[in-house]
Amino acid sequence: MKVISFIRVLFFFLYFLLIASPLSFAQEDLSQSWFNPHRVNMLIFLIFFFAIIIYFIDRAKKGKSLFIRRIAGLDAIEEAVGRATEMGKPVLFIPGIEDIDQIQTVAAMIILGNVAKMVAAYDTPLFVPICRPMVVPVAEERVKEGYASAGRPDAYNRDNVRYISDEQFAYAAGVQGIMLRDRPAANLMFGSFFAESLMLAETGFLTGAIQVAGTANIHQLPFFVVACDYTIIGEELFASSAYLSKEPKLLGSLKGSDLTKAIIIGILALGAILETLGITQFTRWFFIE
Amino acid sequence: MRGQLPILIVFVSGVFMAIQYFIPHDAGVFFYEYGGVFFYEYGLDCIIVIGVFAMLLGIWSLFRVQLDKVAKRSPGWGYSVVALGGLFFMMIGGPLWGIEEGTPFMQVFWYIYTPIQATMFSLLAFYIASAAYRAFRARTVLATILLLTAMVIMLRLIPLGAISGPNQKLATWILMVPSMAANRAILIGIGLGIVATCLKIILGIERAYMGHD
Repeated sequence: MKVISFIRVLFFFLYFLLIASPLSFAQEDLSQSWFNPHRVNMLIFLIFFFAIIIYFIDRAKKGKSLFIRRIAGLDAIEEAVGRATEMGKPVLFIPGIEDIDQIQTVAAMIILGNVAKMVAAYDTPLFVPICRPMVVPVAEERVKEGYASAGRPDAYNRDNVRYISDEQFAYAAGVQGIMLRDRPAANLMFGSFFAESLMLAETGFLTGAIQVAGTANIHQLPFFVVACDYTIIGEELFASSAYLSKEPKLLGSLKGSDLTKAIIIGILALGAILETLGITQFTRWFFIE
Repeated sequence: MRGQLPILIVFVSGVFMAIQYFIPHDAGVFFYEYGGVFFYEYGLDCIIVIGVFAMLLGIWSLFRVQLDKVAKRSPGWGYSVVALGGLFFMMIGGPLWGIEEGTPFMQVFWYIYTPIQATMFSLLAFYIASAAYRAFRARTVLATILLLTAMVIMLRLIPLGAISGPNQKLATWILMVPSMAANRAILIGIGLGIVATCLKIILGIERAYMGHD
């Protein structure tokens, strides 16, 4: 009911903006308008997208089952942790080099919580080298909570979540040092990576560790694909929270964004056909000024 | 309250920033500018203050771990001595001698830190070579296609006489059609993933940024 009320309030507000606004679409001076008509397509898309997500969240909360396709990279995390446990070696989790205000780092923290839960259950050491000091307390909390939810709060070692350096290559050198000295059997790299991605992945490859990496930095994906056993590509990184936690609310949002993607593919195909036929009006609806 | 307040702040900030994008009205701009002053300037001030404390936590973490290694004579403890030495030298050297050119602080920066950083970056070339060697081994059909594509792309920068022109055209087609299509598909997915994650954060469904669920 709360979700439906929220949608009602949202639509009422948008009605006020769109209809009750003293706007003339022909008017170019928008300084007295409460709504920018040139962005109406963006607004419609956002409302549509949000409505789909909220609908699926509501559906998931009611207990309806939602099918989510398998993501090999995320399934491989448990395999990697299991391998490290069998070998009696630690697991290394690298959460990228950007700060906590970056969405990829937030996604990495979500995965870290789940990884911490797994390693706590298997009683395997987990090293988390950090590049940005603001990430340290968040990572510590995530790991601590992971150990607590696995029923092993005593196994949490604060020193294993360690700050290395703010400097990109100093951080890379520090992490490479950990890989070469402690020889972790599993390297999990999730978050925002730049030039250091290949340095870390290649060093991990040389140590023989099983490697799972994921980033939304498209220019670093080829390096991870080459040097890692499994790579989580782009959006799969953001799907990880739902996939790993199986929480209905999160699964609903994942399902919603998948449906939106399918609709976008349909729109792209339709647009390509219409453009080929010389009908340009359809694609003009999607221009943003 | 401790759990609810951050969610409320995130919700209000998120909704405000989303709505202002669609309001061109002077009052909206005024509100945005003053709201912007609050969100950006005061917000950034807060981030700086939090960042200072977080930096202290980070340095403490670094110090504790490295000191422990030295005390226990763990493997590679000598590197920990260098790390601690560097940390304290730069922390004390700056305030003590200043950071002008010619001071010990800047000499360490120019003659130790900068060359080390350049060396690290240069090593990337070797990593690329070893990774490329593995990636381009023609063991399967897909790997062979990858190898041939890579050759076309790399050779486009080299003068090859009569085949330069066709190679250039083929390389441009590869970059502008199949490669661009794959890039855009990934980017659309990333964009939707980011928007969905932002919505989850704004609505308080996703709370990992607070360190707990």
